[in-house]
Amino acid sequence: MLELIGISTYSLFGQLLVGLINGAFYAILSLGLAVIFGLLNIINFTHGAQYMMGAFAAWMMLNYLGMGYWPALVAGPVIVALTGIAIERSMISKLYRVDHLYGLLLTFGIGLIITGIFRNYYGSAGLPYPVPDVFQGGIDLGFMYLPVYRLWVICASALICLATWLVIEKTKLGAYLRAATENPSLVEAFGINVPRLMTLTYGFGAWLAAMAGVLAAPMYSVNPNMGIDLLIVVFAVVVIGGMGSIAGAIVTGFALGLIEGLTKVFYPEASSTVIFVVMAIVLLVRPAGLFGKVA
Amino acid sequence: MTEVSQTTTALPHADTDTDPLHYWIMAGIAALVIAAPFLVYPFFAMQIMLFAVFALAFNLLLGFGGLLSFGHAAFLGWSSYVAAHSAKVFGFTPELAIFAGTATAMVLGAVFGWLAIRRQGIYFAMITLALAQMAYFVALQAEFTGGEDGIQGVPRGELFGLIDLDSDMTMYWLVALVFLGSMAFIYRVIHSPFGQVLQAIRENETRATSLGYETARYKLIVFVLSATLSGLAGSTKAIAFQIASLTDVHWAMSGEVVLMTLVGGMGTVFGPIVGASVMVVMQNTLAHLGAWIVIVQGTIFVVVVLVFREGIVGMLSKWLKRSL
Repeated sequence: MLELIGISTYSLFGQLLVGLINGAFYAILSLGLAVIFGLLNIINFTHGAQYMMGAFAAWMMLNYLGMGYWPALVAGPVIVALTGIAIERSMISKLYRVDHLYGLLLTFGIGLIITGIFRNYYGSAGLPYPVPDVFQGGIDLGFMYLPVYRLWVICASALICLATWLVIEKTKLGAYLRAATENPSLVEAFGINVPRLMTLTYGFGAWLAAMAGVLAAPMYSVNPNMGIDLLIVVFAVVVIGGMGSIAGAIVTGFALGLIEGLTKVFYPEASSTVIFVVMAIVLLVRPAGLFGKVA
Repeated sequence: MTEVSQTTTALPHADTDTDPLHYWIMAGIAALVIAAPFLVYPFFAMQIMLFAVFALAFNLLLGFGGLLSFGHAAFLGWSSYVAAHSAKVFGFTPELAIFAGTATAMVLGAVFGWLAIRRQGIYFAMITLALAQMAYFVALQAEFTGGEDGIQGVPRGELFGLIDLDSDMTMYWLVALVFLGSMAFIYRVIHSPFGQVLQAIRENETRATSLGYETARYKLIVFVLSATLSGLAGSTKAIAFQIASLTDVHWAMSGEVVLMTLVGGMGTVFGPIVGASVMVVMQNTLAHLGAWIVIVQGTIFVVVVLVFREGIVGMLSKWLKRSL
């Protein structure tokens, strides 16, 4: 039936798959932003750079140390998380008592420095990262072609989102985190080390961003600029979804990825702007965001 | 959780007291503007003045309105595209081209502002950034902007059909007029009753609302004013430098104007002028560093935010115990 209007199912489902993958990245990144914002009250502009660093960590481990995909998937995000912890301890933590806008400006500056350093040493052209051997090739499903690696990325992303949701909603640590988000001074009075919780939270947010970066490396070229453009879209996703709910961030991320994929099929010219248009409409209809609590 | 917490230290206190010293400083700046083309390369001085107008417009919004826009490149860039296109393709005289560009920024500002003032604080910043990114993509895809090449070889034309702007000196005086006029205008706005209400909103929006002020309307007006003046800078820039390009509409430009304002001192009257001068001089002297310039800019951001939040003029003002 779709062939009648000139669109093959292969291209439709192919774009939907790309949309789903982008959506997965939107979900993971906005999840990290929301967790950090909830507790630290800053919007982490370094998030894009941390995503990029994840991809670069994988590339560097392969090219300098000969380490493959799996070690990179484990070690890369941890390294980025450690740099995140260092950034939080040395700089961000100094700003908790001043206006939140300064946190945004500080992390923007840090993002510029990190991106600038990578651009300086690796240029802007982008570096290839091979698809790991186990995930080579694809499956022809009859209505679409499914590259195995992409299937893995979707499964892994869904797993990461689910695990994050479980940790925050169902574990004791998550309960501390949620409590500290609501009322930090009260939680501190119960003997919980809130500053340490904040540091760990920031590290965890950076870990999430870097995880998405490693997953992205074999699909997109590893490029110093890959983070910031993605981050701006993620900001729009965050405005649409609101940062009040973990599940909301995940659902919004995936849904917007799909919308973007569909736009690529039916009206490709608008594919880079559609999420911003959705944001404008949501602001008109529901200024607080789809899952937001306060305006 | 409220988005703007009242308990944390706010942005630096914006002083809106008038002071005879201000008139002396403005006279000094005017004298400097007159002397500059005989001391430095006029192009360089024009660059400083136009970025100063941009930063002054931005500071009106951030320093006095308390609203951090991360999307001001949209106004600078789009106004310069419209001014360049109308001068080159429609054959508009420079004053009409500048008017067309400025009007475009005003309309764009009204739309962005209307959407963005629905949210506060960091959401406001994210919304303006996202809308500006959309404006960037539209500029990238539209035919008339010339994509990566931009619009080059924009004719300067004859002002009112009378004064030929081809000479750099004549162009310089027009830019000087735009700069000094904008500075005087913004000074007037800050010290008007409207400016006082803005400051009240910035300090405590809830209280301003309870006093009967429709805060949303004030915020929208100051946003449109700021966008319009940024558009004036952008369209004059297109005519003066005869080019409109993607650089001016890119998010990095939105970041640069934030940096200029921060370095100079947000919420001060003259800070943005100092900040714009510092950043333009820095960019010209460090141009040979290539990619390092971004690292330098990032470092300045970090240092200023961590240890130098008052900015240059803010610190001077503290030292002299007078608002500047």
